[in-house]
Amino acid sequence: MNQEQAKKEYWRWDETNWSNKDIDWKAAKIITGGVDVGSVSSQAVIMADGELYAYANTRTGYNSPESATNVMNWALEATSGMKLDDIQFTVGTGYGRVKVPFANKAITEIACHARGANFMYGPTVRTVMDMGGQDLKAIRCDERGKVLNFLMNEKCAAGTGRGMEVIADLLEVPIQEVGQRSLDVEEDPPPVSNTCVLFAKSEMMGLLKRGYSLNKALAAYCSAMAYRVYTQIREVDVEKDFVITGGIAKNSGIVQRLEKLLGIASLKTEVDYQLAGAIGAALFGKVLYEKSKK
Amino acid sequence: MISAGMDVGSKTVKVVILKDGRIIGKGIATAGLEADEAIQTAWEAALKEAGVSREEINKVVATGSRREEISGFDDEVSEVTADARAMIIVNPEIRTIIDVGAEEGRAIKVDSGGKILDFAVNEKCAAGAGAFIEAMARAMQVSIEEFSTESLKSDKTIPINAQCAIFAESEVVSLVHDETSRPDICGAINDAIADRLASMARRVLVEPKVALIGGAALGIGLQSSLKEALELDELYIPDDPEFLGAYGASIVASES
Repeated sequence: MNQEQAKKEYWRWDETNWSNKDIDWKAAKIITGGVDVGSVSSQAVIMADGELYAYANTRTGYNSPESATNVMNWALEATSGMKLDDIQFTVGTGYGRVKVPFANKAITEIACHARGANFMYGPTVRTVMDMGGQDLKAIRCDERGKVLNFLMNEKCAAGTGRGMEVIADLLEVPIQEVGQRSLDVEEDPPPVSNTCVLFAKSEMMGLLKRGYSLNKALAAYCSAMAYRVYTQIREVDVEKDFVITGGIAKNSGIVQRLEKLLGIASLKTEVDYQLAGAIGAALFGKVLYEKSKK
Repeated sequence: MISAGMDVGSKTVKVVILKDGRIIGKGIATAGLEADEAIQTAWEAALKEAGVSREEINKVVATGSRREEISGFDDEVSEVTADARAMIIVNPEIRTIIDVGAEEGRAIKVDSGGKILDFAVNEKCAAGAGAFIEAMARAMQVSIEEFSTESLKSDKTIPINAQCAIFAESEVVSLVHDETSRPDICGAINDAIADRLASMARRVLVEPKVALIGGAALGIGLQSSLKEALELDELYIPDDPEFLGAYGASIVASES
């Protein structure tokens, strides 16, 4: 094992699976699945009569079909004996949506995120910002979770979860701690000036050498990232209620700075922020299944 | 008259010493977070080769993106001017210069008198800069030299979809896992950066002959990919392409 492999993986976030023990899935009329295969993370959601019953959230592997199968199997493991065949309709979404071997249909992640956010936060949601591993989406939607307008940046790692992972790894700070630590400074330092994550890495090494504490360096990066995201989403009118989904929603250092720039607080929920796409997919699955039976 | 040009780039420092229009000494060193040490090393090497002392040098002109961080020069000149001034002497037939530094890329259009007609710069993004190649070589765990020669053995065209170096790194790792052959991956990376350079160069309307300079110009794999991307029959690479900026600065220094 070489040194590189032995190094601690600071970028690695928690992978989880879960099921709601209060739900008896065998009593449910319609069981649907949603699988969101993103470029960095994959989620599988199982819904019983439109209620969130089980899910799994893992890192996407090198092979999309395998990642989809693995994440769904892991969600099934959390259930009380459900098998893949018990799921009546599955919708794939995300970057690898057409590569979900057991999916009945593929739907774009934009539609699924809006629909999922409507379920997670309620019908008052008008703007969904999904901050994913390799892209940033700002979606305007109506009270039914229908997409009105959206914009997307997928060209550049600045402002994405992948960029954040790279920085966590560089500074050797576990990614779960980045947000809180970046807020633990007396005053925000000037934001990192380089947009490119590759260049920002060198800049941050320079900051540390000049005597910045880790927290202060993280604050400089989080400020830059929040500002970058802010300038990118100004094109859609960010209207209340506003929510942030995706892995970055778990980073308080970005969320709080972004809320301050926008002058709008985001709604919070107990549901894992990364599930919006998969939940939306499973909800579409229910509608499609019902239609197919008519 | 002895003059010197010093090119303080984001990664390396280059020094050229000029006597009566002829290069008598060159030095290069890799800079870390602070450029000071590399500047000293590059100067020592150049002075040694030239067989002169620092006091004998009448004038020093600096160029390069990090020149603001340092002192120890009499005057400064932009990278674009430095490149153009050097190229008109090295090869007056060149009309388009593509300079690929570690963190910057630039395309410069010059007329037959060496006058700058137009230029485009990318300094915001590693795609299209030497740092891109280094990051990819690191992801593949090959040396820069190996990376370049391997690329020529490729017989397949594999697209790298991401422009961003961070995203491209994940793609490269996927290709490695897919057991794509090494030469093909190296070729794909060179094609990707060549595409970025070509689209930058097209902003100034590429006119032959075209020269490729800067540290990345030494990569024969990139040379071949760029030729293809710009549909060129020939691409001129001067001797010591990484020294062109410092040479241009030394020429400016010799004029006053």
